[in-house]
Amino acid sequence: MAAPKKSKKNDKSNDLPSIDELKKFYYDMLLIRRFEEKSGQLYGMGLIGGFCHLYIGQEAVVTGITAVQNPQDSVVTSYRDHAHMLACGMDPKGIMAELTGRSDGYSRGKGGSMHMFSRDKNFFGGHGIVGAGTAIGTGLGFAHKYKEDGGVSMAYMGDGASNQGQVAECYNMAALWKLPVLFVIENNQYGMGTSVSRSSAGQLYRRGEGYGIPGEQVDGMDVLAVKDAASKALDYIRSGNGPYILEMMTYRYRGHSMSDPAKYRTKEEVASMKNDRDPITHVKNMLQERGVDEKVIKDMDKEIKNIVNEAAIFAQESPELAEHELWTDILVESA
Amino acid sequence: MPTQILMPALSPTMTEGNLAKWLKSEGDLVEAGDVIAEIETDKATMEVEAVDEGVLGKILVAEGTQGVAVNTPIAVLLEDGESVDDIDGGAAVIPAPSNDDAQKGSDADDIVISSGNKAVQPTGAYVENRDILYAQGEVIEPPPFDEAEFFAKGTIDQSVREALRDAMAEEMRKDDRVYLMGEEVAEYQGAYKVSQGLLDEFGAKRIIDTPITEHGFTGMAVGSAMSGLRPIVEYMTWNFAMQAMDHIINSAAKTLYMAGGKLGCPIVFRGANGAASRVAAQHSQCYASWYAHVPGLKVVSPWSAADAKGLLKSAIRDPNPVVFLENEILYGQSFEVPTDEDYIIPIGRAKIERSGSDVTIVAFSIMVGKSLAAAEELSKQGIDAEVINLRTIRPIDRWTILESVKKTNRIVSVEEGWAFSGIGSEIAAICGEHAFDYLDAPVTRVCGADVPMPYAANLETLALPQSEDIVEAARKVCYVD
Repeated sequence: MAAPKKSKKNDKSNDLPSIDELKKFYYDMLLIRRFEEKSGQLYGMGLIGGFCHLYIGQEAVVTGITAVQNPQDSVVTSYRDHAHMLACGMDPKGIMAELTGRSDGYSRGKGGSMHMFSRDKNFFGGHGIVGAGTAIGTGLGFAHKYKEDGGVSMAYMGDGASNQGQVAECYNMAALWKLPVLFVIENNQYGMGTSVSRSSAGQLYRRGEGYGIPGEQVDGMDVLAVKDAASKALDYIRSGNGPYILEMMTYRYRGHSMSDPAKYRTKEEVASMKNDRDPITHVKNMLQERGVDEKVIKDMDKEIKNIVNEAAIFAQESPELAEHELWTDILVESA
Repeated sequence: MPTQILMPALSPTMTEGNLAKWLKSEGDLVEAGDVIAEIETDKATMEVEAVDEGVLGKILVAEGTQGVAVNTPIAVLLEDGESVDDIDGGAAVIPAPSNDDAQKGSDADDIVISSGNKAVQPTGAYVENRDILYAQGEVIEPPPFDEAEFFAKGTIDQSVREALRDAMAEEMRKDDRVYLMGEEVAEYQGAYKVSQGLLDEFGAKRIIDTPITEHGFTGMAVGSAMSGLRPIVEYMTWNFAMQAMDHIINSAAKTLYMAGGKLGCPIVFRGANGAASRVAAQHSQCYASWYAHVPGLKVVSPWSAADAKGLLKSAIRDPNPVVFLENEILYGQSFEVPTDEDYIIPIGRAKIERSGSDVTIVAFSIMVGKSLAAAEELSKQGIDAEVINLRTIRPIDRWTILESVKKTNRIVSVEEGWAFSGIGSEIAAICGEHAFDYLDAPVTRVCGADVPMPYAANLETLALPQSEDIVEAARKVCYVD
């Protein structure tokens, strides 16, 4: 059993990433950012209601992990979930139409921002109860093992969720039964308005030590570091050793949800993260350093802008549900 | 005075046991703490230790004797200076059973309660969009089911415990996706022995002992159901599932709706519900009304072993989350059970256990037995009661209840749980909304007392509905008093 340890920051021991890989990272992260910005805009226009939690700033986490995922792997997360769906390859139009509560949304408008699913892409939500997704993710791992399909469950949670009792319960069972689960703690420093230092004793990546689960803290603003750590963790899991914990040190630029003024942190703190640590700028700089033509980058920007705009139009034009749909989908119908 | 050794009670609900083996013989010296005998309860084989020291003077109940009531003298212990002659001649010796009796086992002595299949049941009907209509509050004929046909094909006498186990085993043989998970379900063979033998047949992959971690393993089972497995989650008792309620309601019941019908959660949550015996407030509670409140769940509560078998198989096959509320006291009771493996009781269909014309008594789980006993007493008093066994709490069979009320014009609902927002309240509302003009007396509820369950024996009896309470309520609505 490898002892949990902190990964060296900016570990450059690996081979340089290919330009194609960097382009893909840039594209995938920018799609998330532009999608989220558009969501925020539509929310401001009153077209999206309720709770809407944006992923802006955290893009490197899900992008880096998804890069080393296999098609049979499954994904579950909590309510800050739009990015995970995009990363899984779900259609931006269907996601946006769900945000506007229309019939072409992934849940036909009945779930909203926090509740979307895709069997095709092995995406299991989208859960609104903090910590619940972790138990469900552990169950997905259980099912992979039961079905012997070689899949791994990517169970994402926030730093806030890591304090839920059921997370400890799941660490225990996942380790006990050697379930193929990658627990990803997206530590964006704040559980709503409470900083990690005010809510959590010890180090989150070491919470599995007592159960024998290796853990690692990773620079979650660096997509290459995320990918490397996930690759190593998945090798460990796929070899039948059981679960692994990755604590991704990341940051959300926006408030907890759209209605959060984020007065619990300074403007300087947010600005410094945006200016110095932005995950997308980081990859963009690498592309430029590698001599990638500015036009190539601009073309990607343009393509993404189009995709997101089309999604927004689609989401507004998609019809509302027929009134009788109030009563459908409560149960799988019996005779 | 020689000391009598009495048949001990080894669990809260034990009323009798089998004297499996004597480990001491007459004339042997016994020290306090020595194991003197082995006793089989319906749950386990337990060793009995001597409390006093002395010489085992006489064995009063021979080994192999079945169904020895708690507190029956089983042996006599002699102190210094006492002899066998000092034993009071009144202590009768129960001889060892003959081979024939021993083979029959304890079931031979049990009363197999007839579930009264003479009552005419509604034919039922196939109805399109049944669940939608139900959600909209419609009164719909129950699904068709010819139960008598299954009884006619052949039955065996079986305890509720055995029926539950057989239901799981049969479905597990048919469908590899079905597995059982819970505390002590595997190696211990079930805290109440419901899963006895399943580990041997299906192995540790499908019969899974969990840590004591209800919240976590419930969420886990729900996740596995979403990804295509068909879990059966056993709670040692439903009291402990309060730790897991978030997953039962938020994760299991609501997912299909939240997913616009694209992802469901086929899962059975089962275990002992309600009061057992003398286990006090935290271990004695009926959850029927709690779960019945929630759209997206089905809630089932069997009374007889036939109910248990046919409803559990139905629940396991159901593509929706099903809350299955059993009863510890009923586990050991035996009933006739159809042997046909296709005996599947449709969820949403009540059973008329006894037909009658003067008053309708509606009950579920253990209260069905008490209601049938009350009906017997009422018939002696000239009142002909109809007893309906709800079987399913949600979707409740409004049609069968209302048809009965239209006939009898009087209704008493019986439940172990509290009255406030209870199942009886719902039945009262159904009758008020749909049978107001048929009622000749107020709808009356017989419920558990509105108190946390007391431990004291006399108070516990007072807190739970008894047959006499049902008789009294029925007499009242018939304006007999």
